[in-house]
Amino acid sequence: MNNHFIYIFVMAATTYLIRMIPLVFFKKEITNPFFRSFLYYVPYTCLAAMTFPAILTATSSILSATVGFAVALYLAYREKSLLTVALAACGAVFLAERVMEWMGMLSL
Amino acid sequence: MTRKESFQKGIQAGIPIGLGYFAVSFTFGMMSVSGGLTTWEAVLISLTNLTSAGQFAGLDIILASGSYLEMMLAQLIINLRYILMSFSLSQKLTRDEPWAHRYAVAFGVTDEIFGVSASQTGKVSPFFNYGAMCVAIPGWVLGTLVGAVLGGLLPAHIVSALSVAIYGMFLAVVIPPAKYDRAVLWAVIGAMGLSTAFAVLPVLKQVSSGFVIIITTVVVSTIAAWLAPIQEEGKEKALHE
Repeated sequence: MNNHFIYIFVMAATTYLIRMIPLVFFKKEITNPFFRSFLYYVPYTCLAAMTFPAILTATSSILSATVGFAVALYLAYREKSLLTVALAACGAVFLAERVMEWMGMLSL
Repeated sequence: MTRKESFQKGIQAGIPIGLGYFAVSFTFGMMSVSGGLTTWEAVLISLTNLTSAGQFAGLDIILASGSYLEMMLAQLIINLRYILMSFSLSQKLTRDEPWAHRYAVAFGVTDEIFGVSASQTGKVSPFFNYGAMCVAIPGWVLGTLVGAVLGGLLPAHIVSALSVAIYGMFLAVVIPPAKYDRAVLWAVIGAMGLSTAFAVLPVLKQVSSGFVIIITTVVVSTIAAWLAPIQEEGKEKALHE
């Protein structure tokens, strides 16, 4: 049995150093057009990779998750706020699962 | 923009993030306590780490009594994307404020806070990030606390519905710019496609989820930068506005 507080310290220190080192010690302004372009695309590719296909296995059923994904995609396309999109996706999953339960496709 | 204005703008951007975090960290608090951690340990993890995937993986390691080295490596791999984000942010942050601010801004480099600061027009003040952090961090920590205390009482269908909240937020960050910039659209589709390949294809399937995110980010961003290099200044500004 290891000490929980040492675990927490190791987690926190590793995570902070990863965030801090590039931000504090990278002083130069990047002028290389290729690297600037690379960094421009990073947030989009990173968030997209984290979202899909992980979203499909986040709920009790791939079907309800697909409904949530579709609703989130539509509202994001309509440029609704972060919160609206997030809550509507939750609501859609909730409703989809109630319908599935009623049809006997899902038991929670 | 003055420091105060930047801070207020940050708070506004932080409100949806804080509420989204509340929903996600609620699940974290609930799972921590049901796994055997105390409420305060769960809260301490959220306060000191401020990251979703890393904390969930860390929780697994604590509960399995893994080694400290394993903990360090897991955090390093899962959170390696923050290196890319911090690099990107190192260019975006204004050079008009004292450099020491970067130590504090670094603590709040999360997917979403990075997402909103990256979507600002022109350079970003550290005070914008502080504003967002002032709302997002309490949301993350309080969600953990409430989840740890009440989690067991919540029905399974509510928990299932809440677990898509974080992905809804991610989509709200990536989709609007993809509407206006075809290269971003293809980068998003490419990243989703490649991570799907890692999830379903034999051999590739064995790569851990933290590595999948890193490999996908690096490969797709490299291809996008090669095929569609940004025009200087033109694309510097946010496509959100």
